[in-house]
Amino acid sequence: MKTKQVAIISGKGGTGKTTLAGSLSVLFDNHVIADCDVDSSNMHLILKPKINETIQYKAGHKAEIVENKCIGCGKCQEVCRYNAISKKNNGKYTVDPFACEGCKACVLVCPTKAVDFVLNHPGDYYTSDTKYGPFVHAELKPGEEMSGGLVAQVRKRALKMAVDGRKATVIIDGAPGIGCPATSSLTGTDYAVLVTEPTVSGIHDMERMMEVIKHFKIPFSVVINRFDINDLKTLEIEKFCLSKNIPIIGKIPFDRKVNIANSNEYPIVEIKNSKATKSIQAIYKKLKAQIDQI
Amino acid sequence: MSTKIAVLSGKGGTGKTTVAVNLAYTLSHKYTVQLLDADVEEPNSHLFFDFNDEIREEKVSLMIPKVDPEKCTKCGLCGQECQFGAINVYDSGVLVFKNLCHGCGVCSLVCPENAIQEVPKELGVIRFNKTENGISFGEGILNVGEISGVKVISKLKQNYDNSDVIIIDSPPGSSCPVVETLRGIDHALVVTEDSAFGLHDMETVITILQEMGISYSIIINKDRDDSKNDKHSKIFEQKYSDTIALRIPLDQKIANLHSNGQLFVKEYPYIANQILELYHHIIEEKRSV
Repeated sequence: MKTKQVAIISGKGGTGKTTLAGSLSVLFDNHVIADCDVDSSNMHLILKPKINETIQYKAGHKAEIVENKCIGCGKCQEVCRYNAISKKNNGKYTVDPFACEGCKACVLVCPTKAVDFVLNHPGDYYTSDTKYGPFVHAELKPGEEMSGGLVAQVRKRALKMAVDGRKATVIIDGAPGIGCPATSSLTGTDYAVLVTEPTVSGIHDMERMMEVIKHFKIPFSVVINRFDINDLKTLEIEKFCLSKNIPIIGKIPFDRKVNIANSNEYPIVEIKNSKATKSIQAIYKKLKAQIDQI
Repeated sequence: MSTKIAVLSGKGGTGKTTVAVNLAYTLSHKYTVQLLDADVEEPNSHLFFDFNDEIREEKVSLMIPKVDPEKCTKCGLCGQECQFGAINVYDSGVLVFKNLCHGCGVCSLVCPENAIQEVPKELGVIRFNKTENGISFGEGILNVGEISGVKVISKLKQNYDNSDVIIIDSPPGSSCPVVETLRGIDHALVVTEDSAFGLHDMETVITILQEMGISYSIIINKDRDDSKNDKHSKIFEQKYSDTIALRIPLDQKIANLHSNGQLFVKEYPYIANQILELYHHIIEEKRSV
């Protein structure tokens, strides 16, 4: 049995990725859950993990100028392409750690070896237990880069746990956008669910995201969240998907119970008879059937 | 001097763009306004306006290495020093991995044979025009397949005009593109939503604002009457009541107007007035600094 990785993604943030991924975490059995939205991770709020292991994520470097070795020649500032180096009042130079990308150019040109090149620690990741199954999640420190690398670590660990534990599925809550964290959430997965909403922004971002998925050649389907807030826009999405031969595996209605569930920090499907729960259960069945075919 | 306001959120979908476009429109009746959409991965602000001017467009590129095989001795120094694994030297030649390159120039800096030339590679574009209601508009668009929008954002921000107010619609999250957006900003509007998720991600963003020494106010979007006893509402109340400047209700009509690309303040003059008031506070605060 091959473990299958399923990514829940969106392009636009706030369309309901975590709401859906959190609920699928309840409905699936024999799976591992991975929160890859390391920038604004929220899954842990509803899954209430008990952390078993904290792993430091170390990647990249940052330059640091040792003041008493700096002779104020300014060569470091000349070669830095990120405007990360500035001159202080005392004539010495200093590095802005937020702007430094760790390229080492300043280290290489400094005539007095005054620039230290320090291994960076942009965040941590965790392996945990939840009542719904094993869970891998992470926390990126505010203002850090390298989030794509951290996503890759979360994915790697989740897949290993799944394979070792003979789990059938890894459910991935993806990162928003189309950049590095988003593509790291998506690359190498077996199936993707693209969550959108019937708004001008939702449609615009869905189309951009589809280009990314196409690039990776991953089979995928669309879920329209809060489909009833704008019937015409929902129709527009349906027509668009039909013309591109993209399946829509479900539509979730606007349901204030979703706000209440998120507010009280549990997955919406724990409210058994809500409108949203029923539609998510239907999505689960279709999704399961799709994955089993792969 | 322009007042520069960034609209940001941490969590996606809380209503950054909603606030940015409605703020720009409201202020444009009294002030000259420039609106810059720095959410370069998924720029959406343009969807809320009609435009009448011609578009001015500029490409944003990164300088990446091109190796001259005649001069290259395959010494391997470039590959050793590149921190991003973007250039590898093999017996058969040198390979450049364009998508990993940060354009830092270290390879050409260390090459003893001067065999590395730098050539531009397009990352995206920045675009400028004017909305029908006179707002000066700019946006950055990252090409699909590119990994980082930081360079597009910094290029966009080099195009401030002399409007009274400059509003920047920031990317979501709290990593380096957000930091790039916040550089040189006078005041940040943190848009959050009435939920535990909203609170969690807002607090991450506030950490950055505090570290960068930028003053901020909080806007709670999708505000509900029935959340008052929830854990997150109590924290909002206890920790942040002084900084909460505006509450926008969870309202099907607002959601519907926005979903159609319309500016909801046109139908909600009381919120437009609150926005104006908020802006006056920001200018006063800027004067007193």
